[in-house]
Amino acid sequence: MEKNYLNWKKGLLSWLLTRDHKRIGLLYMITVFSFFFVGGVFALLLRLELFKVGETIMNSAFYNQIMTYHGAVMIFMVIIPGIPAFLGNFVLPLQIGAKDVAFPKINLLSWYCLIVGAGVTLLSLFLGGVDTGWTFYTPYSIETNTAVIPVVLGVFIMGFSSILTGLNFIVTIHRLRCPGMTFFRMPLFVWSLYSTAIIQVLATPVLAITLLLLVGERILDIGIFNSEKGGDPILFQHFFWFYSHPAVYIMILPAMGVISELISAFSRQKIFGYKAVVFASLGIAGVSFFVWGHHMFVSGQSEWAGIVFSFLTMLVGVPTAVKIFNWVATLFKGSLKFDTPFLYALGFLFLFLIGGVTGIMLAVLPFDVHVHDTYFVVAHFHYVMVGGTIMGIMGGFYYWFPKMFGRLYNELLGQVSFVFIFIGFNVTFFPQFILGMSGMPRRYADYISPYEPLNQVSTVGSWLIASGFVVAFFALIWAMFKGKKSSANPWGAKTLEWQTSSPPPHENFLKRPVVSKDAYE
Amino acid sequence: MSKNHSISFKIYLTVLVILLILTVITVGVAQVDFGMFNAFFAMLIATVKAGLVLMYFMHLKYDEKLYWLIFGSAVFFVVLLYFFSELDIVTRVIQNSVL
Repeated sequence: MEKNYLNWKKGLLSWLLTRDHKRIGLLYMITVFSFFFVGGVFALLLRLELFKVGETIMNSAFYNQIMTYHGAVMIFMVIIPGIPAFLGNFVLPLQIGAKDVAFPKINLLSWYCLIVGAGVTLLSLFLGGVDTGWTFYTPYSIETNTAVIPVVLGVFIMGFSSILTGLNFIVTIHRLRCPGMTFFRMPLFVWSLYSTAIIQVLATPVLAITLLLLVGERILDIGIFNSEKGGDPILFQHFFWFYSHPAVYIMILPAMGVISELISAFSRQKIFGYKAVVFASLGIAGVSFFVWGHHMFVSGQSEWAGIVFSFLTMLVGVPTAVKIFNWVATLFKGSLKFDTPFLYALGFLFLFLIGGVTGIMLAVLPFDVHVHDTYFVVAHFHYVMVGGTIMGIMGGFYYWFPKMFGRLYNELLGQVSFVFIFIGFNVTFFPQFILGMSGMPRRYADYISPYEPLNQVSTVGSWLIASGFVVAFFALIWAMFKGKKSSANPWGAKTLEWQTSSPPPHENFLKRPVVSKDAYE
Repeated sequence: MSKNHSISFKIYLTVLVILLILTVITVGVAQVDFGMFNAFFAMLIATVKAGLVLMYFMHLKYDEKLYWLIFGSAVFFVVLLYFFSELDIVTRVIQNSVL
């Protein structure tokens, strides 16, 4: 049997102590999808409770806890590590012709940080749980007698995972590119990981400090967020969103990178306006640091700050639109092939556009004041997070699946699962725009009866999404072990990772590659 | 940009003395009430002290310019965080006093 990274060494320890970026990528894959299952079950329970008016399967206190864990698990354990740590780890060194990342041991350490942090966070479930919502807003997070400290410490530890991954990627991209791989010959996925890494390194420490201050507030009562002691509860929101809004771009930028790869590969075209897409990625990363106050329009933040943040937020639309237009222009006159990864790319374009445009609506201060904390906002960010990032993860996973495992998945099952997920997603979340505009507030376990029909539609949609993921799960597990053998480059794609065998050898390339043309030529 | 650049004892001692003087100034400034600028002056002195430590004790002054860029970007983002948070807090005070 041909030696590759999967059979290079055997035994559980060879995986748990591996320094191979591809194996670490797969460790992240197992971790992220396991947490996706946990967060997904929480989501299904929430939707089930909301199927009918009144208390049905859980009381409101338990609902608040499940809602908190759904948010915390999906954000910190799935969407943030999802593409950079899973797909990025696997693909980045291959795409730039490197043997591995710059710091392989730190790479493994970052996975352990995620595992330990997630463990500490989820341990709180057995200590009475937490009910603050994933944002841990003060003053409630200081006053509640639920298990805030373990959850916050878990998130603190997971932050190190993100920082270490970002640091590793920056150094890898600067130092380990193969001969001829200039910065402007790098695939756009690499550029998106680079932009993401900047945010990971610069913004995550602020979250860490904020959460430590919250712990200090609970244990030592230092008063920084306590108005009775001269502190300011709104300051917590400033600190929190200084990280957490750029974190939205940690989630979406890598997905945009995946979409660039998919659109180029399945339209058989060079990316239209390569440099414009590169600078749009960097532009989004830059602007992301100037807009956090739009989460706080009704928090008690000053009106002046609200106006400034409202204006700045709209700037995000410019580089984002540049990307969307360039992707559509790439598709124009392309030889399109509607394989599963490409369906996810189209799904991304459609859903992310709705998420993005409603984002601009929410940036408009008076409109936001009207729909703040309603289901309109819930629908908006799910169109961005699920419609954007989850579409990116799934599309990227199907695309690089033959490279990871050397086998092909079943195309029909891939398409069936996509249809269920795509339709289910719209059935779940589009009604929530209408519910929000009608005034249904978010985060409550109950609602008044006029909201019931659309809530029932939304819940049925969640079952469709779950069905799609069940089909995808079994089809992909089967394909991993029994799927048809794949050639090195089943898609006819141009980037460097497809020039080595599938699955790749331990050190990626048998001979060090030398690049003499642009990424998509 | 020698990797083994050594700084003379005299410079180390001078920096130490400046740091001690700035510490005394920090304590002195804390005795005066500058109103909403209390934090500003405290942070200003602390930043100068941190800058001296970075430049001389951590050799940033004698290192590659890339490290300056990395350090500068971190400072920029700290300033950004403070600027917008202060923008809110100061304009909130003005807004409340007008209303």
